[in-house]
Amino acid sequence: MSNGYLFVMVGADDVPLYEYGVLTQRSEESSYSYHFKIHAALDAVDECMWRKTNMFLPNVDVCSNALVSAFVTAGSVRLMLLHEFRNDDGIKHFFTDVYELFIKIQLNPFHEPNSPIKSQHFDARVKGLARKYLKP
Amino acid sequence: MATSSYKRLGDQAFSKVEHINSELFMLTYGALVAQVVKDSEDAAEANRQLDQMGYNIGVRLVDEFLARSGIGKISTFRETAEIIAKVGFKMFLNVIATVGNWSGDKEYSLLFDENPLAEFVELPRDDATKALFYSNLLCGVLRGALESVSAPFHVYFFYTLLLLIRFYFIYLFICFIYSLRCSSLLV
Repeated sequence: MSNGYLFVMVGADDVPLYEYGVLTQRSEESSYSYHFKIHAALDAVDECMWRKTNMFLPNVDVCSNALVSAFVTAGSVRLMLLHEFRNDDGIKHFFTDVYELFIKIQLNPFHEPNSPIKSQHFDARVKGLARKYLKP
Repeated sequence: MATSSYKRLGDQAFSKVEHINSELFMLTYGALVAQVVKDSEDAAEANRQLDQMGYNIGVRLVDEFLARSGIGKISTFRETAEIIAKVGFKMFLNVIATVGNWSGDKEYSLLFDENPLAEFVELPRDDATKALFYSNLLCGVLRGALESVSAPFHVYFFYTLLLLIRFYFIYLFICFIYSLRCSSLLV
């Protein structure tokens, strides 16, 4: 079981806002297989988010040997994580902390809603959180 | 009058006015600046528009300030600086400034530890905002207020340090108040 993961934030109109991933060496799959799997999981997340009331949706989809977990915000922004390890608690903490960072980004008057997040500070913080929480 | 008594006056004045949610205020101001930036061609024009808006606010604000704060007759230029820093800003924005860089009797700076208007703001690094003074409205307010009660002042941002450590916003700006001629605030 590898420790690779890909974290993508998808806006309300299905435009990716942010992504960060740690890919492990895989010879047979291309480096974009992670992106493909997350894209495919969007439908599952959309279906799931209307059925359940909580924001955190663990293990909402399975693609080959990888799991996709999601966190849906009130504005239909989906934080998706493709991971191969299981760590529900860690992932949940990761999502909630990134969500708080995201809220602060939204409060910036110069940030257009549903536009890609280019802030370097946000980037650095997310990477720090990923290192801290996203391990098996 | 001592600085401490001005602080006390400031606190009293602040407690007498109506309070609103600071986040609401910040978001409103942010939306205003974002719109002004979008409408202006460059940062200089945006600065000018913010200054003009502030000016219009200031000429109306000064009457309320004088009425609520109970400031009496002031005789020295130095005292006007202290009053603005301690009473004025406290009453309307709940922050106090320190008066510094006092040079002769003509110009001084107001130094702030935190900017009450820019809690969550991160300026994007494009041409439209590179030279923007986000809180330029405050300069306009001061200019308008001071102009209504005495001789015209030049108020402008001398230096603003918008560190990109986003959540530890050490937003220190130094506002130079430069008087065209030496004058005192007469009430």
